[in-house]
Amino acid sequence: MNDAVEVTLRAVGVLAAFLVLPLLVGQTEHKVMAHMQGRLGPMYAGGFHGWAQLVADGVKFVQKEDITPAAADQRVFRFAPAVALVPYLVAMAAIPLSPDVVAADLPASAVFVLAVTAVGILGTLMAGWASANKYSLLGAMRAAAQLLSYELPMVLAVASICLAAGSLSLSGIVAAWSPWWLVLQLPGAIVFLVSAVAELQRPPFDMPVADSEIVFGAYTEYTGLRFAFFLLSEYAGIVVMSLLFAVLYLGGWHGLASDQLGWLWTLLKGFCIAVVVIWLRVAWPRLREDQLQRLAWLVLVPLALAQLALTGVWVVVAA
Amino acid sequence: MTEEAKKPGAIGIPGILKGLATTARTMAKPTHTAEYPHAQPHLPPRSRGVIALLEENCTSCMLCARECPDWCIYIDSHKETIPATTPGGRERQRNVLDRFAIDFSLCMYCGICIEVCPFDALHWSPEFEYSELDIRDLLHEKDRLGQWMPTVPPPSALDEHSAEAAEIGATTRPGRLVRTTPARPAPTRATPSGQEPPPASGQEPPPPTASEPAPEPGE
Repeated sequence: MNDAVEVTLRAVGVLAAFLVLPLLVGQTEHKVMAHMQGRLGPMYAGGFHGWAQLVADGVKFVQKEDITPAAADQRVFRFAPAVALVPYLVAMAAIPLSPDVVAADLPASAVFVLAVTAVGILGTLMAGWASANKYSLLGAMRAAAQLLSYELPMVLAVASICLAAGSLSLSGIVAAWSPWWLVLQLPGAIVFLVSAVAELQRPPFDMPVADSEIVFGAYTEYTGLRFAFFLLSEYAGIVVMSLLFAVLYLGGWHGLASDQLGWLWTLLKGFCIAVVVIWLRVAWPRLREDQLQRLAWLVLVPLALAQLALTGVWVVVAA
Repeated sequence: MTEEAKKPGAIGIPGILKGLATTARTMAKPTHTAEYPHAQPHLPPRSRGVIALLEENCTSCMLCARECPDWCIYIDSHKETIPATTPGGRERQRNVLDRFAIDFSLCMYCGICIEVCPFDALHWSPEFEYSELDIRDLLHEKDRLGQWMPTVPPPSALDEHSAEAAEIGATTRPGRLVRTTPARPAPTRATPSGQEPPPASGQEPPPPTASEPAPEPGE
């Protein structure tokens, strides 16, 4: 009985974080992007600097008509948003904010989080295939190609961290973290960040939804709440990847008064990374498909392999 | 773009960093947004907001309505006979404006009507807040067009060293002499036929300021 209550509480906590943090990132994106472009962004919804803009957007999405195209594969089409969204919810449960604040402390949580986030792309693929629309299909294919290219450098970068920490658990990695990693793991950190942005299909790696080429990629045919779920999964993905970056490379809850405020440190570091992800979107134009593949295979993979070799040598020498 | 960024395989790192720096600098600066309904916009001089009608100046000559490219000006008028002011004088006729309307749902704000009006009855006003829920309400009748008149700004100052406005020059130049008989070419001017010009019948010569031949009155 007690276990059931605890599991419920943890699940509710993860769900709350899953609903609040992406909105926070989304609002930050509204405001940061606006100010980077010399605008103000939302100013009216909710009264104070438009803080409730995304809530208003959500209400609007609920009111929209939910259309399934006649030619679409109905069940797959309707199921795809859930497949895109749920993996990030699951991943969020496994990311520790501090040794105590973690919903599910798995022994190999680093591997688990990477594996689960890669499932999210399946939702995009399903959406693109089931939409019966050439733009959707093109977008889905681009998304799949992108994921295949960038999953490898990302896994290699995380492997380097796990090698340095001697642990596959995220909690174990943070426990083994030392400030030297900021320098020694810097190439790996850059590789991870670039791969994460690419995997989230965020600009400058947003060819799968390139609106000037293929309407809105795999999400072209979606309306209403299902479309909102895809958007939410993108922002939940930013939260997951930012927190993962904070935990892997920035020492998670290490900081002042980490016993009490450790979770706040993790959130703060993750938020800074989310702002960087937003910043990249504002600053850089979209890459072409061939440029994207070239970057992955000719730059990131060799860099990640070199990082892995460097870490290996360091671990052997230091041991 | 730098030279190395053009080469395939090379990454334009300096350009990438420059992009980040530019956006960061923009974020640190104040925004350009004017929150319009709460802050009035700063309109440039000669803004074309709405067309105002000075009804007293209008002679119902229809020039504006005829020149309007999308025919959005409607004018109705009738002639009125003014009795002679002196006994035995001639009765005069005058146009009376019944209706003057501009349909701002058709108007394309070209300003041709204002340009062609010979009597300055039409003016640009910078007021622009006259949107309507029903498109038919954008047809402004002459009383509504007249209400815009107080918002018409005075003409903006001329550029330095520019030529004087024609109507200002006309008031400051010395006036032409009133001639009692039709003007004739000056006696000094040679006639092509070699004939003796008819003698100027006892009138004074043209004033020295009007050195160029004055146009015939009533031409």
